[in-house]
Amino acid sequence: MPWFEDLVIGSRQELGSHLFTEAEIIRFATKFDPQYFHIDPAAAATSPYGGLIASGWHTASTWMKLMVATLRARADQADEQGRRPAAGPSPGFLDLKWPNPVRPGDTIAYSTTLTEKVALRSRPQWGLIRSRNEGVNQRGELVLSFTGQALIQRRPMD
Amino acid sequence: MRQPRLYWEDFQPGGVIEATRAPVTKEEILEFAAEFDPQPFHLDEAAAEASLLGGLCASGWHTCSMVMRMMCDAYVLDAASLGAPGVEETRWTKPVYVGDTLTARATCLASRASASRPTMGLTQFLWEAFNQKGELVASLRSWSMLERRRTGEAA
Repeated sequence: MPWFEDLVIGSRQELGSHLFTEAEIIRFATKFDPQYFHIDPAAAATSPYGGLIASGWHTASTWMKLMVATLRARADQADEQGRRPAAGPSPGFLDLKWPNPVRPGDTIAYSTTLTEKVALRSRPQWGLIRSRNEGVNQRGELVLSFTGQALIQRRPMD
Repeated sequence: MRQPRLYWEDFQPGGVIEATRAPVTKEEILEFAAEFDPQPFHLDEAAAEASLLGGLCASGWHTCSMVMRMMCDAYVLDAASLGAPGVEETRWTKPVYVGDTLTARATCLASRASASRPTMGLTQFLWEAFNQKGELVASLRSWSMLERRRTGEAA
């Protein structure tokens, strides 16, 4: 996990990829988004999508899964007093798009690119970052994009 | 796949639909977080109390997913839904804690026919979720794609 000060605008990070299986698509959607084209392969075949597709929330939540794993794997330096930055909460996200469906057997490669850093007058120990996040399938088609926001701890001044 | 009862024409600006669900359990927060968002404030009570969030709370993606399910049960599964192209804005305004009882409200903001697909219409909704204190915990604004009622189809 980096300090706010160490994040560079424009830097892009690959987050790894995830294979969406039919069983996993059905399991997520049965819990959270049981529309027939997400849970019933036979009925989905008659839908405008022509087959089973993943819930968009499943596609987006999997971005988070790989984002957290990537942040954890970073070997960011502690400061002189041994402190390491903590991840903070997010106020929400903007412009989320699902331009192409995710189908069983698709492997989605996710990425994040830092686009903006905002110092917060109200919370001097934290900064807000914005990022452009994407998921792309094995054919190079965009399946997910959104502007993410998160609070990131600032390096202590003392 | 059930027979749709609601089509694009049935959602007019100003219309409101209410949704509910059972209280949020610690088990479901931990289960979602372990798979999709294993940050300490979603997994560990002590770490969560020390964080800005002040206590164990659901991942924002879990909150969105719970709201999606509430809306499915309230109307989406009864509608000729064709999914959604995205979500224009999502705000996580308060944490969702263990034991919170969520209610949600879908407000139809706007409606327009599809230029490219004459059998489809688009409806803009504001989805808002509230906790038992009436505090807004999340809001989502997005366009839904819905089939239009075919001529001669029973209302």
